[in-house]
Amino acid sequence: MTPPPAHSPDHAPGAVPTASDAAPVAVAAAPAGPPPDAEHRRREAQRAAGRAGARKAVAGIGFYTFVSLVLAFFSLPLLWLAVAPFDANPGLSASLPEFTLQNFRVLWDNPYAMRSLGNSVILAGGTGLLVVAFAALAAYALSRVRLPGRDMLLYVLLLLSSIVTGTAAMVPLFNLATELRLIDSQLGVILVLSGGLLPSAIFILKDFMDGTPRSYEESARVFGASPFQIMRDIVVPVVRPGLATIGVWSVAQVWGNFLIPFLLLRSPDQYPAAVVMYTFYTEGGQANLALISTFSLLYSVPVILMFLFVSSRYGFRFHGGIKR
Amino acid sequence: MAAITTDRLTKVYPGGVRALDEIDLTVEDGEFFALLGPSGCGKTTLLRTVAGLEESSGGALRIGDVDVTRTPPGSRDVAMVFQDYALFPHMTVAENVAYPLRIKKVARAKRTEKAAATAGELGLSDYLERRPGQLSGGQQQRVALARAMACHPSVFLFDEPLSNLDARMRLEARTFLKRLQRELGVTTVFVTHDQAEALALADRIAVMESGRIRQLGTPSEVFRRPANTFVASFIGSTPMNLLDGVVRQRGIEVAGELLPTPPEPAGRLVDGEKVVYGIRPEYLLHSPTAVPGSLAGEVRVVENLGHAQLVTLEGPAGFVQLVVDEDTPVALGDRGFAVPRQDRALVYRDGELVTSGDPTGLATAGASGTA
Repeated sequence: MTPPPAHSPDHAPGAVPTASDAAPVAVAAAPAGPPPDAEHRRREAQRAAGRAGARKAVAGIGFYTFVSLVLAFFSLPLLWLAVAPFDANPGLSASLPEFTLQNFRVLWDNPYAMRSLGNSVILAGGTGLLVVAFAALAAYALSRVRLPGRDMLLYVLLLLSSIVTGTAAMVPLFNLATELRLIDSQLGVILVLSGGLLPSAIFILKDFMDGTPRSYEESARVFGASPFQIMRDIVVPVVRPGLATIGVWSVAQVWGNFLIPFLLLRSPDQYPAAVVMYTFYTEGGQANLALISTFSLLYSVPVILMFLFVSSRYGFRFHGGIKR
Repeated sequence: MAAITTDRLTKVYPGGVRALDEIDLTVEDGEFFALLGPSGCGKTTLLRTVAGLEESSGGALRIGDVDVTRTPPGSRDVAMVFQDYALFPHMTVAENVAYPLRIKKVARAKRTEKAAATAGELGLSDYLERRPGQLSGGQQQRVALARAMACHPSVFLFDEPLSNLDARMRLEARTFLKRLQRELGVTTVFVTHDQAEALALADRIAVMESGRIRQLGTPSEVFRRPANTFVASFIGSTPMNLLDGVVRQRGIEVAGELLPTPPEPAGRLVDGEKVVYGIRPEYLLHSPTAVPGSLAGEVRVVENLGHAQLVTLEGPAGFVQLVVDEDTPVALGDRGFAVPRQDRALVYRDGELVTSGDPTGLATAGASGTA
């Protein structure tokens, strides 16, 4: 804030540019003060500046308070998740635990808990592989071959995909799985989930494929590379960030999916973690918070590890959350 | 090493665009051949058809003694350098250069050695482990060339080889390319829209327009005697002056001024017929005073070309451009006179060059020059 030049007393409202709210004060003070004009005005300007600074500080404090509240709102459950598993008697509030590892011990002895994590890995891994493989092939073809109504096809598929794995298709899916003898089979769950995820995966990957210059492939073709070699040597490495995105995304989707495995699997030893979580009740029918919290922690660790691994390996930023 | 022959080669895109219209062309063994033309003239389509990336809709294509019209690109024994070089971004320079050998199932040790040797010939030895993204434009181009050379093809195809380089690099690369092609002696076809590039590099040039070849010849033939007004206005860093005129007994009348008839078409012109008088700016002499048989005008624009000045006169004949040497003072608004060099002037009738070799002297457009 520069004070107005001392030798220009004509510019009476010279303090105006300091801050808009300070202007009326400066104007009001001007006629009252016959004494050394410039000196007076400079002090006035400083005061106005001080006031604006204070206002800014208050606004800053307000902003950070708000952010802290929002942060607390979202971090308290996480804090609970970090603390409760080590608490002998966890409640619904996050508190300093009465430290114990007993909950992990109980869970370790539970016949279904650990196995369910393995089941989750099978389902998520299988679906991830299937989705990445098929989406890569389909997206490449859709990107390179001009089909009439190609974009329409993609949009319709995208629209329908949310139905395939959604609640609305529960009964037909169950019937279909029964007819195909895929009830109580992990393959059935993998196939249904893949079907539901593929359209979005193709949609996302097609963008990656479209972004790859054709001259790469043409160059390889002139050297005599077969379509498969082009795919393996050129296309896949070039779109690897896209494939990683799709892979992580599918795994996260399956990891958090409750409905489809709950619907299609009958025997408890086939259940994935998301379904087993649902079975932790005390004899009294109350949710067993100790087990649920401990299991939740174990349940989230693999996904976090996967994110860290993929992000360090491929260095991409994955936007979006895990369901649950 | 092989010649390339096309026989009525045609390419019609879905939708009816005729990109190539019955092209008959022979590129000799070891020749450095340019396909030149404005964008959309079909030059790139022709190159891609030779490479096999486009399938022709008619006609035949032979490389050496083999008909390759229906052969897939990988089996034609050609190598192509793309405009954007198409270096694989995830591979190092060495891997890029070795890739064609990998496709041909050459053993790893051998192809690594081969790639290093080829890259070394092009001065890339220090960059073998770099990725294309870490190289300058000129280095990337040399990697692309090395990759094309690595598999010893019988034909090189270059798509706009110099267009992705900055002006200074372009001159360097031009000399380099020409030397390389001489040393390797491999039949090379390249596409360009830059006439200067074509003139500088090529042994022969095919000037194309809308899917046809408008003229085929050595750079000096194409520059000195453009076969038609299209080529005349396309070739040359300063376009040829094309002035409407009428044939008279003692010369060609352009805007009321009688210019001497050039010697070549002298006997082929009919009194009173309308022609186009073509003269390059380089072949017009400047005179500050009136000279008989010259084009008068007022100096409108003076462009400094460094070693000379390009002066635009506006007179009764319209705008006439001429090149004046750097020592001659020319000021805007001056009156100037452009005196044609008689032996360099050309006469076009119906857009086609009138030559002494014209059998009837009355040839109509389309009969010649479209071959």
